[in-house]
This record gives sequence, structure tokens and C-alpha cells, in this order.
Amino acid sequence: MLNNLIYLSAFTKVVVMKSLVFLILSLVATGVIASPTIQHWETKRGVRVFFVATSELPIVDIQVVFDAGAARDGNHPGLALLTNALLPEGAGKLNADAIAEKLDDLGAKFNNSSHRDMSVYNIRSLSNPEQLNPAIDILATILSQPNFPDAAFDREKNRMLIGLQAKKQSPGAIAEESFFKAIYGNHPYSNMPSGNENSVKSLTRQNLVDFYNKYYVAKNTVISIVGDLSRSKAESLVKQLTGKLKNGQRADDLPQTNTPDHASLKKVNHPSTQSHILVGQPGIKRGDPDYFTLYVGNHILGGSGLNSRLSNEVREKRGLSYSTRSTFSPMRVQGPFQIGLQTQNSTTDEALSVLRATLDEFVSKGPTQKELDAAKKNITGGFALRISSNKKIMGYVSVIGFYGLPLDYLDTFNKHVQSVSLEQIKEAFKRRIFPEKMATVIVGGTS
Amino acid sequence: MHFMRKIIQKNRLLCLTIKILAALLLVISPITQAQVHEFKLDNGLKVIVKEDHRAPVVVSQIWYKVGSSYEHSGITGVSHVLEHMMFKGTQKYGAGEFSRIIAENGGRENAFTGQDYTAYFQQLEKSRLATALELEADRMRGLLLQPEEFAKEVKVVMEERRMRTEDNPRSLTYEQFKATAFVNSPYHNPIIGWMEDLKSMHIDDLRKWYDAWYSPNNATLVVVGDVNASEVFDLAKKYFGPIKKRPVPILKPQREITQKGLRRVNVRVPAELPYIIMGYKVPVVATTKQAWEPYALELLAGVLDGSNSGRFEKTLIRGKQIAASTSISYGPYSRITDMFVVSGTPAQGNSPEKLEKSFLTQIKDVQTNLIPIEELDRVRAQLRASKIYERDSIFYQAMQIGTLETVGLRWTLMDEYLDQIQKITPQQLKQVANKYLLEDALTIAVLDPLPLSNVAQANTEDGDNVK
Repeated sequence: MLNNLIYLSAFTKVVVMKSLVFLILSLVATGVIASPTIQHWETKRGVRVFFVATSELPIVDIQVVFDAGAARDGNHPGLALLTNALLPEGAGKLNADAIAEKLDDLGAKFNNSSHRDMSVYNIRSLSNPEQLNPAIDILATILSQPNFPDAAFDREKNRMLIGLQAKKQSPGAIAEESFFKAIYGNHPYSNMPSGNENSVKSLTRQNLVDFYNKYYVAKNTVISIVGDLSRSKAESLVKQLTGKLKNGQRADDLPQTNTPDHASLKKVNHPSTQSHILVGQPGIKRGDPDYFTLYVGNHILGGSGLNSRLSNEVREKRGLSYSTRSTFSPMRVQGPFQIGLQTQNSTTDEALSVLRATLDEFVSKGPTQKELDAAKKNITGGFALRISSNKKIMGYVSVIGFYGLPLDYLDTFNKHVQSVSLEQIKEAFKRRIFPEKMATVIVGGTS
Repeated sequence: MHFMRKIIQKNRLLCLTIKILAALLLVISPITQAQVHEFKLDNGLKVIVKEDHRAPVVVSQIWYKVGSSYEHSGITGVSHVLEHMMFKGTQKYGAGEFSRIIAENGGRENAFTGQDYTAYFQQLEKSRLATALELEADRMRGLLLQPEEFAKEVKVVMEERRMRTEDNPRSLTYEQFKATAFVNSPYHNPIIGWMEDLKSMHIDDLRKWYDAWYSPNNATLVVVGDVNASEVFDLAKKYFGPIKKRPVPILKPQREITQKGLRRVNVRVPAELPYIIMGYKVPVVATTKQAWEPYALELLAGVLDGSNSGRFEKTLIRGKQIAASTSISYGPYSRITDMFVVSGTPAQGNSPEKLEKSFLTQIKDVQTNLIPIEELDRVRAQLRASKIYERDSIFYQAMQIGTLETVGLRWTLMDEYLDQIQKITPQQLKQVANKYLLEDALTIAVLDPLPLSNVAQANTEDGDNVK
């Protein structure tokens, strides 16, 4: 409600919406509308670059991604996130205040974040060289000459611990953490990027420096650029950004995940009025041969907001939850397939049984032809919306680049969606989705 | 496209407030501002079209002048429940048909309710606009409001309230904060309504509300995208034209009584972290006697906490490490007098009392010393760039037009924004700080956590082989 993104105050203060679905975008497309042309090259030192030229607005967006997310934490959960956070806290001759002031003087927007697969740095600048060039200089300094100042290390570590405390007062966050533990066991994905109290407390500055030296290297870097600049300018910009990075090595492949061989149930008591329920299993990876089939199928099951089966059963017919959905989150290796809802404590059992019955029915019988036709119309008819802004194009380009998806991913998406058949969906869900082996997590109160 | 929730909220704020885009006078750029076209149907419906031909898409939004600040006690939340019911069927289209048809056209749609407005929108490939307008016109007067649909939907809204407010200690604190700060102003009530009022809400409350406020003469249609303005006007006339104008109730002013001293409220709920919210009553563009004052307040918010280089980040988070996170919220485009709100989470080993003192010291500083012009210009540089960045979203452009029109201002204010901001001096910032950031106009809410961790851990259980 009161967050700092006052920019969207219309949304933050305001907004109580019909549903949350509007905020969720997924990766899809169609054929009639021309897709942006993605140019790709690799620098001599191994940086992979993906570039889309757009000339309508004098804006340049750059996203630099290192394969240095929490999946690389090893025995130090939270390490990747803290490393990511420390880079703009002092680099080259600039301290944190100077970095912030210089970027703000230029009107540039900078932000960084860290996830399981990716460590991400974003900058948006005006394309005018007077603004763009110095902004790139600062970003280059942040990425290649971080100082990891002791004071900033202590402070950001403390702020991470505060973040962990904040999660303890959120039943949704507790549920998510328990869910990842349940479906990933000993796999690196089982830990939260935010780590845990013990591991974060034990992190040392040297841990961060070592992590940085290993993973923040040219060969482990993917850069996406969208905006009003020429190819040659983009090339020189990439040189400017990565000239001082060490060559290094690409990160090792992540281990494959295992589907749990039996169902599990975990209940966590929390003094909340609602119970948060999550049900699921490891799902699919990026580039998975079943991606389109499962994507279209899930659109019908619980991926398309209030028009989906789950939402229809749980919310529209019974009024049991505000938000119900199922999601595949494809990642480097099998990301989660997750069904979630929240309901007042007294209707937890009812909501869970509706959720399970809906899932069982879908996996055993598949969708109807009518549902499939409607899903295809929705997905393909909305293609223009998916690439209607630089920001949205960046969303696709960076995923295509980081995960090595085909460059014609957007051009062929519609064709792939159109080709999915009823039988394929039924077969793929039976082969990949196992309701009888899923993990169930319930966080909430008893009455 | 990142799948996992970002954990640390860094509060890297970028710009202030609902900013409105603009004249670009000061920006070196080849852009020419798209022209905005406006007209009115005979039944009073205002239609505003902004052509933006960058991508073959369109956003259509209809804004009704009604929201939680129009509600009286006992029926709080009715605007929002009605918003939900607007998807539950008309004489022509059954429950859920609206959403199904938009989906089949590849569209996305939703709605939102605020203090001062209720708005519905569709985003579509440009050739599908007529479908959206036809459906939107149909539900302006044709809503069924069936009791059985209402019975289910009001439960959904109660679940929404549980999710957003009841189980969120900070939201609960914010709700108490607003209710303490505003005594007789309708901003006293939460947008989603009090749970007690939701429990006793009746379908007739919605019917009365719908009949009172859902009329063409109480609405603004905003269309932005790859469209031709005159074609949009023709479509609007075709679908909305036949709807009759109706009398709309006259709102009581409900001007907030003058606050006569500091107000405090404590919220004691199970939580891990304390939290403090401090708000001062301040004018907004719609209510100010001095046109420049809201813009000065806007800039003041930017100087204090507009971004990473703001004073709170620099001094309270990085320097003294008293705060783990901070925030300032001021929106100059509310319908009636609103607040300048400062909030934050204390850093480890610090109390909300200490953070309160630090916030007050920061405020004292801007009341006593002139803000250096470099700081002011830094905020202005961000605002100017933001005006360009905003153009990457046609949805946001439509939001700006709709908001201004619906709170009784003109959309042309968008074009004046940067000029107004540019004219503000350091002296004027000091002036507004001394005039409005006063203890007698201050309300402070503190979240005082009750333990929850021992409860949570003691009752954890595991089970296997459960399907």
C-alpha cells in the first residue's frame, strides 16, 4: 500500500482490483504482427549480446544478466543476493552516494535484483549521448570494479536479515519457502534467494569477493539492449560495459531435479485469518520440448485468470478465494509447477478438495475442444500486446538470450501455439504432471 | 520475466507521484507530443482520445466519478464490491461473458477502485476496440445484480480484504493511520471497506449505488493507442450515444476539520518488525489556494526520498543506518485534501521512536535550511526523464488522463507539470515545509509487534503419503 513506488501511486494507494491477473505476464506470441528483429553476437571475450533497435522513443534499456543467481549459493544461502546487492554500494572511485547522485543527475533509472537463475542489473537512460554515455560509464564501473566496502557489507547484510524477518510475518512468503523445500529436496533450487538467518549471518566479505570473481565474468554474462541506438553504438556500448570484466568461465550446468516419489503435506500454523495453500511439483525447464503443449494446457487449467477452470471452480462458483491460479515457471532446469490459493481458515479443506478435484479431472480427461479453441484465440489474438513497449520487448529478449531460446521464438510462437492438439495436452499432462505425488503446503490458522 | 519474488525491497524509487507527462520543453529530444482529442456526447459522456501509433494496440478505460470517498458510513466498500459485480452479467450478456468475449479477442481486462474513482479497462489489438466499447456501454446501464451472484462475490471481496489487509500487519497499520488522521473526511475509510460493512452489505446497497453513479454524464472514456480519434468518437457515439443522461447526486464537501494537535495510534498485532507511518495534512492541486504549493510539496518529497540519492536513503539508510527502508508518499491529484506521508522500518537495534526522531530531524532541516539548488535540479532531472519514460506505456498515459479528469481537474494539467516543477525555488520548498509539516497537523501510527514466531514453530507438522 505504502511502498516507495509513488510513481504508480494510482496503483499503490488505490488499488483494489477485480483480480491480480492483470499483473502477471507470461511468455507468448502470434504471427500476424511483425516481431522485433533480435540481433545477436558474441564478443571476442565471450559476452553474449542480444539487441533490438527501436526508434520511436529516445530511450535505451540495458539488462545485464550474470548466471550467478541463488542456484550458485552452494553452502551459503543468500550469498548470490548479497553479492548482487553490494555492487552499486561502492565501485572504482565512487561511493554509494556518488553512484546514486550521478545516476539521478542523468535521469537514469537503475535497479538490480537476484533470483534463482539470474543476477540482474537494469538501466534505463535517455538515448542522447550526453545522458547515455556517462550512465554506461557508471554501470561499467559498478559491474567491473566493485569495492565491497566493509560498512556497506554490514549494512546490507543487516537489511537482508530484516527482510527475512519481514517474510516471517507473511503467510504467503512462508508458504513459498516451504513449498520450494518440499519439491526440491537437496537441489539448489530448494533454498530461497534470500537465504536463512544462520547462513546470512555467517556470510563474510570474502565469500562475496570469491563469488564475484568466479561468476561476474565475461563468459558468464548476457547483455540485452533495446532502444534507440545503432548496431555500432550497441557494440561499442557493450565493449564499454564489459571491457574490464575478467574472461572467466561459464557457470557449470545445474543438476537435474527429481520429481518427489510420494506426496507430502506440510502444515505451518500462523496467526492469520486465511490459509495459504500451495500444491505442486518440479515442472519444466526453458526450451522444454513440451513447453507449448503444457503452456496452452495450463492456460485452460489455471493460467488465464478468471476464465480458467481453477478460478471458475474456486472463485466464480464458490467464492472461496480472491486469487487462484496454476503456473509453470520454466527455469534453467525444471522450475516449479504450482497451484495456489488463499482462503479463510474455516474453508481450507473445502478449497483444497476443490483444487485437487479440478486438477485430477484435468489431468485425467484433458480440456474440451471448446476450451482449447478459446485458449488459442486468447493467446494468439493478444500477441500485439506482448511486444507493444520497449519494456515488454526487453522482457522477452532477455529470457531468449539468457536461456538460449531460438532467435525466432517470437516469430514462431503463434505457430507453435496453434499446432497444439487436444490429444497432445492430455498426453503431456499425464506424462509430466503427477497429482498423486505432489507436495502440499498449508500455512494458516485453525479456525 | 523473473520468476521468483525479489526479497529485499530496496525502495529504489524512481520518481514521485502520479506524474504527468509533458511538454518536454526542457528535454533535448526529437519527440513531438501526441495530440489529445476531446469531445462530449449529448448525454454528457466525455471522450478523450490520445493517438499513439507506436504499436498496433489500444487501451480503453472508462472512469466513473465514484469511489470510496463517495461512500457514507455503513456502506463502506460498496464502490469496490460493485466494481466486482460489473463482471457478473447484464440483461444481454451472462455472468463472466464480458471477460470471456474480451479473452477470445486476445484482450486483457480488469478494473480498479480508488478513493476517488472506479475504472474499467481493456487492452486489445487495435481492430478489436469496437467489441470493448460495445460491452462497456452495455454494462453502464444494463447490469443485472443478481442476489446469488452477489452472495458469492461479496465472499470473494472478503477474501481479498483478508489477503490484503487482515493478514498484513503494515496494511492494518496504514488503515488505522488513515482512520485516525481523517475524522470527518471520507478518506477516513479504507477503499476495500470495513469488514463489518462488507458482512452486512446487501444487494440493494449496490443497486442504489449503481443507479446513483453509473451514468454517461458521470463518466469519462479514455482511449489511447494506434487509433484514429474521429473513428473512436464515432464508435463511442454509436455504443454510448443511446444511453440517457441521468441526474447525479451532489456530493457534500466533507472538508476535514482542522486538526488541533498531534494524534497517535498504536497497532498491536502479531508481527516481526515494527513500522512507523507519519502523515501531515497538506493541500492538493484540486484544493490548494496557492497553485504552486502542491508542486513544491512534490519536489520536497523528491528531495527527501525520491530515489537512491534522496536524503532518507543517504542519511537514514546508508549514513546513520537508523532505517532499513523508508518511503514518502504524496499525490497532488487527490479529489480532496490529503496527506504527505513518511514511513519506514527501523534498522536492526533501532526503535520506531528513534526513527520518528530522525524523520523529524530531517524535516526540521528543510524547514530551517535552504535546500541546495543541485539537489532540487537532481529531482527535476529525474522528473523530466520520467516524462519520456512514461511514454513507453500507453496504459499509464491513459491512467494520467483518467485520473485528472475524474478528480475534477483537466487533463491539460499534464502538459503544465514540468513547467510548474521548473518554476519552484528552494525558498518555496522551505515555505511549504514550514507551513504544512507541523506537529499540530501530524498523525503518527506505530506497528507494535506481538510475538508470532513461537506460535508458528510450535505447531508445525509433517505428514506423508497424503494426497
